[in-house]
Amino acid sequence: MTQELLRGERVRLAAPDPDQGAEQVAGWHRDSEYSRLLDSDPARPVGVREVTDWLGGEPKPTSFNFWIRTLADDRLIGFGGLWLHHWTHRDAWLGIGIGERADWGQGYGTDAVRVLVRFGFLELGLHRVSLSVFGYNPRAQRAYAKAGFVAEGRIRQLLARDGQRWDEVVMGILYADWLRTQAPAPG
Amino acid sequence: MDIGVSLYEGERTRLGGIDLDKDAAVIARWTQDPVYLHRTGAEPVRPLAAGQVKKKLEAQAKEAQEGRRRFDFALRLKDDGRLIGLAALEGVEWSHGNAWLRLALGEPADRGHGYGGEALRLLLRYGFYELNLFRLTAECGQDNPGGLRFLERHGFTREVCRRQALYRAGQRWDDYCLGLLRAEWEARS
Ligand SMILES: CC(C)(COP(=O)(O)OP(=O)(O)OC[C@H]1O[C@@H](n2cnc3c(N)ncnc32)[C@H](O)[C@@H]1OP(=O)(O)O)[C@@H](O)C(=O)NCCC(=O)NCCS
Repeated sequence: MTQELLRGERVRLAAPDPDQGAEQVAGWHRDSEYSRLLDSDPARPVGVREVTDWLGGEPKPTSFNFWIRTLADDRLIGFGGLWLHHWTHRDAWLGIGIGERADWGQGYGTDAVRVLVRFGFLELGLHRVSLSVFGYNPRAQRAYAKAGFVAEGRIRQLLARDGQRWDEVVMGILYADWLRTQAPAPG
Repeated sequence: MDIGVSLYEGERTRLGGIDLDKDAAVIARWTQDPVYLHRTGAEPVRPLAAGQVKKKLEAQAKEAQEGRRRFDFALRLKDDGRLIGLAALEGVEWSHGNAWLRLALGEPADRGHGYGGEALRLLLRYGFYELNLFRLTAECGQDNPGGLRFLERHGFTREVCRRQALYRAGQRWDDYCLGLLRAEWEARS
């Protein structure tokens, strides 16, 4: 059970080793679509140094960052994490990015989200997990819904991109609801 | 709107700069009140000494200077200049035209006199007609029904309900995001 904590059916959560992969992670941002799906900050090229700075140093007790690697060939395909603002509320924000377009839509994201959520509930003792996703990202919304998240509202027209305004969708999953979807313990 | 009409002056209150030395002691007193802290943030209650408040204010001022992504105000009574609250537009995202609005009166005795409404009207004009924002967002917990009613009375709409996201006094509370679009504000004023 403990061994399975960081593994899904197709991917596993691995240490976010800046010495192995920072270049690749920075490279993903050469695709502006990737940056714009991930972040509301204006898209801009990202240097390797930024990635290593982000991950370097002692991990913060409220941040859980992972590389996402395939089980089949241990390829680094993305990053994911859970971030708490304050422990007292037992609510964390989830983030994920699969870097290469060729790896989108292959089921890796949904699997990784499921593992992150399970980690949040079984290891961090969370009461709920939150996330936000942009209106122009139906793929991510679908992946989150498959992993059990439900939409909790829309921040109307929060984003301005390509000459249009877009909502931000906020989604959440509660521990009690998640538990009901898990297979009952044998016996 | 008239450019000659002050952005800062309400009828009985005014928005002004924060005085790091004098205001810190007053704000430190407010942090003894758990209700004040619960309504201004999700952090666990932690009363602060004046020196700690001053450090926080200094860090905020530095952040504002360097990033231009936050605008902080002290709310004072016009007749005697007494500090009664704090207000901010923060987390400004310039490319999208959004900011998060915060407003709190410090003393329970100052609530319910309309000072908050005056301050909010000033903040909205500042956000929409000085910062040229497209929308403003505020966060408010279910454990603060007065705050929710206040925001809604001034035109905000509940947009997001993060179910059971707050844990206080042994109970789970929903956490709301409320939004007001500039077009909605203009249609009202
Ligand atoms: C979002 C992301 C993590 C999802 O992971 P993924 O591996 O691509 O997703 P999955 O393959 O598990 O699931 C995607 C689902 O969306 C569906 N989908 C794909 N494109 C879609 C579209 N344009 N509209 C609606 N659904 C779409 C897929 O068909 C699939 O659903 P299905 O299994 O019912 O057919 C990944 O695509 C990614 O990292 N994208 C770039 C960065 C990003 O968007 N991060 C998230 C920011 S909130």
